[in-house]
Amino acid sequence: MEAGPRSQPLSRVPSWALGVAPLVLLAAAAALFFGLGAPGLDERNGVPVEELAVERTVLRPGEIEMTVRNDGPDPVRVEQVSVNDSYRPFAGGGEIGRLGSSTISVPYPWVEGEAYELFLLTSTGATVTATIDAAAETPSVDAGFLGLMGLLGIYVGVIPVAIGMIWLPFLRRVGAGLIRGLLAFTVGLLAFLGLDALLEGLEVAGSGPQAFGGAALVIVGAAVAYLALAGVDARMRARTERARREGGSPMHMATLIATGIGLHNLGEGLAIGSSYAAGALALGAFLVVGFAIHNTTEGLAIVAPLADSKPRPARLIGLGLLAGAPAVLGAWLGASAYNPSLVAFLFGCGIGAIAQVVVQLAPSVRDRVAGRLDGTAVAGLLAGVAVMYATGLLVSA
Amino acid sequence: VEASNRAAPKRGRLSRRRLLAGGAIAGASLPLLHELIPHEGLHGGGSATAEAAGGHGSHGGPAGHGPLHADFRDGADVDHVANGFDPSEILRDFDEGRTTRLPSGRILREWDIVASDKEIEVAPGVKYAAWTYNGRVPGPTLRCREGERLRIRLVNGSDHPHTLHFHGVHSAFMDGMPGIGENRGGGQIEPGGSFVYEFDAEPFGVHLYHCHVAPLAAHIAKGLYGLFVIDPAGGREEADELAMVMNAFDTNFDFANEVYAVNSVGFHYQRHPIQIRRDELVRIYLANLTEYDPVNSFHVHGNFFHHYPTGTSPEPIEFTDIVVQGQAQRGMLEMRFAKPGLYMFHAHVTEFAELGWSGFFEVS
Repeated sequence: MEAGPRSQPLSRVPSWALGVAPLVLLAAAAALFFGLGAPGLDERNGVPVEELAVERTVLRPGEIEMTVRNDGPDPVRVEQVSVNDSYRPFAGGGEIGRLGSSTISVPYPWVEGEAYELFLLTSTGATVTATIDAAAETPSVDAGFLGLMGLLGIYVGVIPVAIGMIWLPFLRRVGAGLIRGLLAFTVGLLAFLGLDALLEGLEVAGSGPQAFGGAALVIVGAAVAYLALAGVDARMRARTERARREGGSPMHMATLIATGIGLHNLGEGLAIGSSYAAGALALGAFLVVGFAIHNTTEGLAIVAPLADSKPRPARLIGLGLLAGAPAVLGAWLGASAYNPSLVAFLFGCGIGAIAQVVVQLAPSVRDRVAGRLDGTAVAGLLAGVAVMYATGLLVSA
Repeated sequence: VEASNRAAPKRGRLSRRRLLAGGAIAGASLPLLHELIPHEGLHGGGSATAEAAGGHGSHGGPAGHGPLHADFRDGADVDHVANGFDPSEILRDFDEGRTTRLPSGRILREWDIVASDKEIEVAPGVKYAAWTYNGRVPGPTLRCREGERLRIRLVNGSDHPHTLHFHGVHSAFMDGMPGIGENRGGGQIEPGGSFVYEFDAEPFGVHLYHCHVAPLAAHIAKGLYGLFVIDPAGGREEADELAMVMNAFDTNFDFANEVYAVNSVGFHYQRHPIQIRRDELVRIYLANLTEYDPVNSFHVHGNFFHHYPTGTSPEPIEFTDIVVQGQAQRGMLEMRFAKPGLYMFHAHVTEFAELGWSGFFEVS
């Protein structure tokens, strides 16, 4: 009764204005607060906090280049640079604002394979240390390099996945029980990959600047990928009426798995590319064979849901590329534009995608009658984890 | 032991092939460049190693690319006006105080010294919150003659307690030791307090003074030290005299030094060579006030010097081109340069050299 007369004046105001009004007030309050010089607040308690994180180190003949980002709340001035306890003239540095970055280039006669420790001396005398464990020339990004990284991505991503998918005719002949075991195997495998990506993502996030979120980026990446894939999944289900009737089409499931594995392989490519760029990776036959064995099982995982269907070869090739080709992209990105914050986020995406696929696959692993895990499923899950663990020992990138 | 452990990771090599950065070379003419060649030859070992590192394969900077020895960044220098002292001036700045004659006929020499907290620039752009005597690091070089009566008035204008502790012969109450002599107005001098130290100038030689308040290493490392030179009663031979205090700064408070120098500003004499006249006797009063590292050293290129440890004997003990000093050790070095040119001098604890403790004599 009372609300009626009161809402009368507002009823003429358009809805958008009502929505915008609080924002306008907020802006006005902030302007007033700044205008009055933050009344009642002291400038700061204690000395300015200087935090710099080294984002990327590039070695060229006779030159060490380092990109640092200001991670802290206050501006930092880089005044001097030392390499192995020797001050060197350099270019770059100076004042770096909050979240800003600077590329510092130091002419230095570094020797391949030797270790270097650099420290940046700030205007307050604080030091930021960066180490190079074993100096190696950073590859320049040219056609030859991109070709090499592409080839590497194909070796460790595309070919093994494609080989794994050749298990499809075999799967068509085996019984439903074994298929369910193989799906469980896939879930175990994916769970291991997810855990692996989580640990690696957190490690990378910890090494880089924290200003953009650090470990939180992994979690945010996971949430974004999970929700994005859930959205895609919902659309696919809505479109394919038949799929909905049958509780999800096999192709749909295979696509989701391939996407999850693809995002994982993107992370794998990033790791390979950045290790190679840093000179920390020996490109041997052993590494390639190790990755091939590791990733062949991923191909099996993709085709496991397709045992009862007859997809066109083109679609199978598409699935293979979806799962394997991101390794190429990752290798390019990792070697040429390595950025710990971005890499942490991408690792997070891989985790989210895998979680989404596991959620999708989980129902088909359960015993259809009893609706719980039976011996076959448990054996499959454990086998998946075990195979990933064992083949993972073959590679360390 | 800890100090040596800390020093251990510091390593480096010296390449002396570059002359000077920027304007510092302005005074050097082409003949001087020629003079540099034989002096390089004397130290081929060091240079050759550095060159080998850079020269083989595709790595490293061949001559003409990049710097030829350690230095701070180009174009920037320390603001000596803001610092309140210039190492080029400190070098020949001997503070002889005020003198009066006592009824006995002896000379009474007096100084006023104020301890204060002051931010100083120890490398271009890099500030250090120092504690100073008379606003400079090192403190004034106090100069007197054997047998004089000395009175040194310390006024503590710092926010922290300090003392003046002289290396010399004096009574316990005049020792600048906290806990000794407080009942007579001495001992630890609190902020705002003052005290007059009084004793005879003995023995002659090169000595030093520093603060002795705990924590001791911190009070010394922050800059509270200086040279204390007592001339022998008969005086010494006329010479171009230079006061050099080897010191260092732990700018990030990790009990290891980041910047090394003579008279506080890293690479100062490398960028502003010390002007020396040919054939003139050069006498250096050298002391090591480096904290956190057990030893420091002085090495000169292309020349040898007579070494008088602590300056207490009229005869040198050694004719050499290097002298190694532990903490608070000091001595007198005498040499003449026969040929013009740029002669480097630096710590032959070479990592110190490349972290700021390098300079040049420019002989003309």
